[in-house]
Amino acid sequence: MGERSPATGDPLLSVSALRTHIETDRGTVRAVDGVSFEVDRGEAVCLVGESGSGKSVTCESLTGLVPQPPAEIVGGDITFDGVDLRADDADLRSIRGDRIGHVFQNPQHALDPVYSVGEQLIEAITAHGDAGGRAARERAVDLLRRVGIPRAEVRIDDYPHEFSGGMAQRVALAIALAGDPDLLIADEPTTAVDVTVQARLIELLRDLLDDGMALLLITHDLRVVASLADRVLVLFGGTIVERGPVGEVFENPAHPYTQALFDSYDGFGRLPDRPSRHDLPTDGCRFRPECPHAVEACADGAQPPFYPVDGDAAHAASCVYYDDERDRTTVLDADRGVRPVGEVDDDD
Amino acid sequence: MTEPSGDGSESTDGESEQSATVEQRGDPLLSVSDLETHYPITEGWLRREVGRVRAVDGVSFDIYEGETLGLVGESGSGKTTLAHSLLGLEAPTAGTVRFDGDRVDELTGADQRAFRRRVQLIVQDPNEAFNPRMQVGKAVAEPLALNGMDDAARRQAIVEDALERVGLAAEDTDRYPHEFSDGEKQRLAIARALVVDPDLLVADEPTSALDARVQSDILALLDEVRREFDVSILFVSHDIDVVRRFCDRVAVMYLGEIVERGPVDAVLDRPAHPYTRVLLDSVPSLDPGDRDLPAPLTDTIPDPADPPAGCRFHTRCPAVIGPEDADLPPDQWERLAAFRFTVQVGELPAAIDLDDPPSEGTVRAAFDLPGTVTDETVAAGVDDAVEALAAGDLDRARERLAAVLPSVCEQQVPATVEVEGRPVTCHRYDPDVDADPRPWTGE
Repeated sequence: MGERSPATGDPLLSVSALRTHIETDRGTVRAVDGVSFEVDRGEAVCLVGESGSGKSVTCESLTGLVPQPPAEIVGGDITFDGVDLRADDADLRSIRGDRIGHVFQNPQHALDPVYSVGEQLIEAITAHGDAGGRAARERAVDLLRRVGIPRAEVRIDDYPHEFSGGMAQRVALAIALAGDPDLLIADEPTTAVDVTVQARLIELLRDLLDDGMALLLITHDLRVVASLADRVLVLFGGTIVERGPVGEVFENPAHPYTQALFDSYDGFGRLPDRPSRHDLPTDGCRFRPECPHAVEACADGAQPPFYPVDGDAAHAASCVYYDDERDRTTVLDADRGVRPVGEVDDDD
Repeated sequence: MTEPSGDGSESTDGESEQSATVEQRGDPLLSVSDLETHYPITEGWLRREVGRVRAVDGVSFDIYEGETLGLVGESGSGKTTLAHSLLGLEAPTAGTVRFDGDRVDELTGADQRAFRRRVQLIVQDPNEAFNPRMQVGKAVAEPLALNGMDDAARRQAIVEDALERVGLAAEDTDRYPHEFSDGEKQRLAIARALVVDPDLLVADEPTSALDARVQSDILALLDEVRREFDVSILFVSHDIDVVRRFCDRVAVMYLGEIVERGPVDAVLDRPAHPYTRVLLDSVPSLDPGDRDLPAPLTDTIPDPADPPAGCRFHTRCPAVIGPEDADLPPDQWERLAAFRFTVQVGELPAAIDLDDPPSEGTVRAAFDLPGTVTDETVAAGVDDAVEALAAGDLDRARERLAAVLPSVCEQQVPATVEVEGRPVTCHRYDPDVDADPRPWTGE
């Protein structure tokens, strides 16, 4: 699949220099520290990174789900379809409910065990003011059908515990889709399900994308990224370290962190022990203590600027080696020491 | 991306040598034979038994010293019940488990205590493995105390050593679980398993709650552990990437049964059983240009209390065998098989609402039925079924399809046959069945 043509005009979502800090008893964690990106209509953008990289806090900051305090959005702009999401709470609430849907790793968080899924779906539908009574129930059955629940007209009266993990995730998705959102934010939606269920959920998300919905997907599973994303943003230490079309990032991972992340898929990635989030640098390149290529310039000033990786500005890395004054091949073509496990085992 | 196609061929040599050396080791450490763990389904206050969940239903395999056996399958396949049955956390209803030659259900006294020391469990979610109010040093020392080590100073020394071996610090003993990341907690869980010097670790999805990078770290740790301690591992996982990386052999489980098992490179590179193939096909490619995700005939995993007759996988099997005496080209059979089994399990397409039945044309389009069906009897039965669905009568559609499209896969329990020297339980490999194995066309 090729890249989607960018929508005309403004992006659907625009995030600029977002900074969300969290106060803890061990000091301030810069969970999100200057993140900027855009999502177009019908586009699938994936945030990739490990826990603590800031991907979930980024998404929770967009819709005000991040608990404040201890978290605080200390800077940046968030614009959704021309509306400033940081300015006005009433707008935010209506947009959050109607036009931005959310699904999470654990569908049970979105489902109330006391009510049937039908009651919950109908509540979501009437909250959006689209329909009431019989029409709302019909729409609820349609939504369940759409997300692939067999015998939806019967299952609508079942309770959340009567659904398997994969089916519960579909129900949660149906609730998120009740307002016919323009943007779906999905945080590890397939992590807790079987590969067979994951494959069907991926196909379902693709259908929604084909119908024009935009997707902001958080996942640490590079296979899910490869199967869904148009563009990829790689996060580390609250900053984006690399961004680009999925094909180019996978073909040519440019930032040493992205390379490390990808290597960990192939063999036993053996990087030095990870400093805790409190110990990460708060300036320059956050990855430099772990980076095999780090030089003095990595500690200079703010985060390194984004340099195009291969002449194409769409694929860019926040790494000093991609400045024209340096030799990018040092990083790009470095022998990253990937060894298949079979060979590792023969050592002794 | 760093998954070149040449990668597989490079690693194959190393891995097959590995499995060869494993197979030459004498008696198995753990030997499981025809193991069954059924749960009664009861009703009413008399708890009358009305059925049985056949969670594990006749499973046999061995684990040799120093070997890692992967156990894969979807949730509901019985993997966790099997793991718990080996440890005696669930009581098997039939079959035997032998450890070091002895039946574990006959162990008593000191022998039973020794078994409980020599086999240790590592669970999926390390948050569930620790009491939040107990200092981790105490928690890690618990198995030692339970095994009668009264000397607190000696316990402390062993715990400190174990923490250092798993990459934590001796000073960590005074800290509480919440002060550790999930990855560190899983290290603590491994340390706790290791303090009693076990021979077999049963690891139930030990990395699936963790991030990719942390997963890698924990797998690297388990890899060090198995080499340093020469410990065997039963590795339960639904993550095929992890099994491929970590295991010597793999067993594939579906609805309480093992359908295929063998060396990991053979099973995952040249899967024989259609279920193994469905699992592998469902894993998205790391190549963003390849987004094809072939699906099984139906998604529904049948109820283990009422598993399908014959081969349990037949309701989902893309390679289900067509009727013997019908004149149907393969492409017609494939579409009719999908029709038959989606109707049977009730996974009707979104366009078909039985409360508001669609036209026959809509039914035909929704199921992508072939324009012509060459066999007259089958054609008539399919017409009847379409008519029944257009009248909202699902049961009649089921009956007609079952009558004209019978399959050996639902009529006979498949025999287990050797394929490339490994056991596979599928009619297509049975020389007595009039059907050939399909070639594997996956990655």
